[in-house]
Amino acid sequence: MSLGDLPKHAGTWLSGEGPQGDVVLSSRVRLARNIAGFPFLSTATESQRNELLSLAQKRILDANLAQDMLWIDLADSPKLDRQLLVERHLISRQHCHSDGPRGVAVSADESLAIMVNEEDHLRLQILRSGMQLEDAYKQADQDDDKLERHVDYAYTSQLGYLTACPTNIGTGIRVSVMLHLPGLKLTGEIEKLKNAAKDMHLAIRGFYGEGSDAVGDLFQVSNQTTLGKTEKQLLDDFQDTIIPQMIEYEIKSRNALLEHRPTVLDDKIFRALGALSNARLLGKEETLYLLSYVRLGVSLKRIDDIPMHTLNELYLLTQPAHLQKIAGERLSGPQRRELRANFVRQHLKV
Amino acid sequence: MKCDHCDNLATVHLIEIKGGKKIEKHLCEEHAIKEGVAVKVQSAPINDLLEKFVLKHSGPEATDEPLLCPSCDTTYDQFRKNGVLGCPDCYSTFAEPLKHLLERAHEGASKHFGKVPQRAGIDEIRQQRLIRLRRDLEDAVTQEQYERAAQIRDELEEAEID
Repeated sequence: MSLGDLPKHAGTWLSGEGPQGDVVLSSRVRLARNIAGFPFLSTATESQRNELLSLAQKRILDANLAQDMLWIDLADSPKLDRQLLVERHLISRQHCHSDGPRGVAVSADESLAIMVNEEDHLRLQILRSGMQLEDAYKQADQDDDKLERHVDYAYTSQLGYLTACPTNIGTGIRVSVMLHLPGLKLTGEIEKLKNAAKDMHLAIRGFYGEGSDAVGDLFQVSNQTTLGKTEKQLLDDFQDTIIPQMIEYEIKSRNALLEHRPTVLDDKIFRALGALSNARLLGKEETLYLLSYVRLGVSLKRIDDIPMHTLNELYLLTQPAHLQKIAGERLSGPQRRELRANFVRQHLKV
Repeated sequence: MKCDHCDNLATVHLIEIKGGKKIEKHLCEEHAIKEGVAVKVQSAPINDLLEKFVLKHSGPEATDEPLLCPSCDTTYDQFRKNGVLGCPDCYSTFAEPLKHLLERAHEGASKHFGKVPQRAGIDEIRQQRLIRLRRDLEDAVTQEQYERAAQIRDELEEAEID
């Protein structure tokens, strides 16, 4: 597998075939780990960072976590490749833009990615399609065990896994679910949800995580507390209470719209479909905005000839680095808008 | 179509029925937000938020004698500023001022209840020793004290095998 194979399709985690896929795009579990006996990255010297990088690379590949693991040395990678990895949710923006020795290991199906030398020495993430948190955690836990046979982690019985930022300490776990909430947005209920989330110590972010807007009505909900609860407690809270409730609110909003304002709703859905199927120039955010309505239309069966996975895939493939990788060259803004429009038209052709 | 209140493009269109009367509204995003029809999505970079959070809860400013981690030379002030610690040992060095921060960040918790590494892992004293030896090694190399560096490297190898 090489980086060149990535941009043509979305990873399996965006297949749209996972449980409750009409509201839940994906589930993600991330573990933060540091290798014992080394300082954190803020004080590590260049040579220590190099040592950590080669040590981590060797240990990750030795641990045999997945068939066909791809190792990418980010200090050596062109910016466009790094941006592609950000768009595919395989590395953070911080990891893309920072300097110095750093890398990422990615499994062929992209469900597993391990960033090396980001804020912590290791950040292991598992991505799954739809609502599959338990499964994602099981995988993360197993991979963590396998890695641990090859490295000692910085850990104390009092504080658990030690992380560079005290907000991640303890379990070092971040559980996130990506939700598509156009119903709550249209009915203006989204703010209530955000306030409730805040009270429950949850973070709500956009499609691209930290610092990104919730364009396309995509919201990422994740835990903030990592100390004092077991991984299972955190997962159960998400799995049994938080996410099912959010899904229920969203479905209720969608049903209310269907019942009380079906024409307005259909108008929004079919205008969006019309624009996406006919536009000759499309901006990035505009595309996400329009896709959101079409996705809602598919989910409510107002549109029946577009598969969900096509829409999920378009979320990813219409991003700037993807378009340029597909085109095989650097493109200016206007060129990207034209290619994006052509690309979307082709994909929506029934 | 223009916004009802300004020359900007109307992106939010509403039809409401109030008391049997139909009211049409065409608003730009800004006015839609003002009227409570749309909601501005806040997008503060989380790093800034964390930094502010750390600053807000990281206790009083340093006193005359700055708290300094003996393993990595990070001061508590540096942590307040960057939001990240210098090494695992900082947690014991700054245990007192961090206590409040941890409790605020983790709903009052101060003890780990989650996963325990299957392998017992290496004890804290050894972790600390390794970090300090690595720092001394860097120092010796920077100061071109190669004999000392070789000696530390031996000690480091020995400590790693333990």
